[in-house]
Amino acid sequence: MHIHEYQAKEILSSFGIAIPRSRVALTADQVERAAKEMGGHCVIKAQIYAGGRGKAGGIKVARDPEEAGDIAKELFAKNLVTRQTGTEGLKVRRILVEEVVEIAHEFYLSVTLDRETSRYCLIASPEGGMDIEEVARTAPHKIHILTIDPFTGLRPYQARKIALALGLNNELCEDGVELILNLYRCSQEKDCSLVEINPLVVTKAGWLLAMDAKITFDDNAIYRHREYPDLVDYSQLNPLEITAAKFDLSYIKLSGNIGCMVNGAGLAMATMDVLKESGGEPANFLDVGGGASREKVAEAFKIILRDSDVQAVFVNIFGGIMRCDIIAQGIIEAASNVKFTLPIVVRMDGNKIEEGKQLLRESGLNVQIGDNMGDGARKIVAMLNQGGI
Amino acid sequence: MAILIDKNSRIIVQGITGRSGLFHAQQCRAYGSAIVAGVTPGKGGTEIDGFPVYNTVEEAVAHTQATVSMIFVPPPGAADSILEACASELELVVCITEGIPVRDMVLVHAVQAGSKTRLIGPNSPGVITPGQCKLGIMPGPIHKPGRIGVISRSGTLTYEIVKQLTDIGMGQSTCVGIGGDAIIGMKFIDVLQLFNNDPETDAVFIIGEIGGSAEEEAAYWIRDTMKKPVGAFVAGITAPPGKRMGHAGAIITSGKGKAGDKIRTLRECGVTVATSPTRMGEAMVEALKGAGKQVP
Repeated sequence: MHIHEYQAKEILSSFGIAIPRSRVALTADQVERAAKEMGGHCVIKAQIYAGGRGKAGGIKVARDPEEAGDIAKELFAKNLVTRQTGTEGLKVRRILVEEVVEIAHEFYLSVTLDRETSRYCLIASPEGGMDIEEVARTAPHKIHILTIDPFTGLRPYQARKIALALGLNNELCEDGVELILNLYRCSQEKDCSLVEINPLVVTKAGWLLAMDAKITFDDNAIYRHREYPDLVDYSQLNPLEITAAKFDLSYIKLSGNIGCMVNGAGLAMATMDVLKESGGEPANFLDVGGGASREKVAEAFKIILRDSDVQAVFVNIFGGIMRCDIIAQGIIEAASNVKFTLPIVVRMDGNKIEEGKQLLRESGLNVQIGDNMGDGARKIVAMLNQGGI
Repeated sequence: MAILIDKNSRIIVQGITGRSGLFHAQQCRAYGSAIVAGVTPGKGGTEIDGFPVYNTVEEAVAHTQATVSMIFVPPPGAADSILEACASELELVVCITEGIPVRDMVLVHAVQAGSKTRLIGPNSPGVITPGQCKLGIMPGPIHKPGRIGVISRSGTLTYEIVKQLTDIGMGQSTCVGIGGDAIIGMKFIDVLQLFNNDPETDAVFIIGEIGGSAEEEAAYWIRDTMKKPVGAFVAGITAPPGKRMGHAGAIITSGKGKAGDKIRTLRECGVTVATSPTRMGEAMVEALKGAGKQVP
């Protein structure tokens, strides 16, 4: 689960990490007023669920409140397209107005999960403010990685080693140690998959400040953080993905025209692979869950059909415990409820397969049966092409 | 005995009084697995559909001499259940539960790695030694006893390969769903090692997917150590970067974890990789023929 920069900074601040003076604004008027409070000269930062904002024009410096207002109007008016958003870009609904800080040096700092060791790790670099992957490619010796023992947690001596490696000396070193320990504490108490400060800066006045921050929460831990759902900015999410999440379906919108409904994430990915191999383009990834209940199949169907790009539907269900005749009933029910006329291919396997196929054949839907995954993919692509689309 | 489980395995089910816990305990018993007891705190001393229920794993083990556990406890209590099973020094724990927080699993992983207990999962469909013992949520009838080992990060995609193998007459020694999460107990290499030493397994098929680097690690291990032919499929060649594909582990981040890279590495290490999920069975046949083995 993603949150905005300003929310991440508020969380860091609650863990004792200093952040620049700032205000969140929802309108150009509010931006102008906030700029006045900052003394006129300020930084305008579009809040979206993607990185790469700086290069895409999502972060700008205003010299006075009027210019701040003008920049805000422009940002609110159109979608912001960055290298991480895709071509459609994302709506800007919130803007962070921040004081201008005189920077002496920039660093990179984050805590994230290292899957290879199955532990959290602290990543630090004296090369902050830029793409950390670029640093990893071009100057790997400038990246320090510390694997954290879950029994001891991050210890002060370890944080000190990192602070010194960043070049934080004298008084700044102990400030750095405290900040690093607080960052780790935040990652644990808030169940963060990633908490990143980039850049962390030393100001010319000699303070450590988190100038930009990113936090991703572990989706599995949302149940023990009641405040998380309130942090979501729904304007940043695809409406169909929001609906899917309500029904515990895993749905991702893609760019093709064949709607897919599959049970199980691995099989769903494999189904997309087979479709492409057969010359089709999936409109979505959709996992109804390994168990594939009748209710979920019905909801999934509705979601697929709300996507206007969809011109055909491919259902691929490998029924484990769930019987195929029940799945077939779910498909027929859902399709008749929405007066479905588009071509559909159903591939099912598992218990009561013949009964399931029989029900589909007699349903009156524009349906064909796939004997296996490959056969189903070929059939749906053929049906689409016959339709002259 | 194939690997991990056989007809003599004595099994308890943690979370047996829950809806899916009970349902799958019954299904496994019907397959022939020796489910000897269940554990649900607060329900000790009762019985559910013939299964005696205990408050703790320790009690259940003391009364039944079980050495294996299957866990259906919901996410808030699942990590603790794994730790409890480790504390009783069970040989094997299979955790079916999906959605355990990462922070909990980091701790569990550290404890379990230093214990005598082997962990499969979490978010695993389970383990099955066809014809002998089913320990999980997979459909039993698609399996057939035989000599191919199967290892997978996925659930239903595993059923797909198993069915393809069964359809061409190749039975399975044991099928292991290692789970789709970012942190899991046994990884590909750990299970490959068991199959490598198992006299009843002739060849292995592995199913990977995008995210992480477990397939690459497995590939190098196979190149250096594996004595038996290996076939593979990697799902998600068309998956876009930055989007999490259902499984917590299945995401391409910062250009790493792509299916294409995994396939290339596996091939370079001598693994026969299926070009399509519809040709997984064929890839297994090809791998066996390439090693000069007889194909059933």
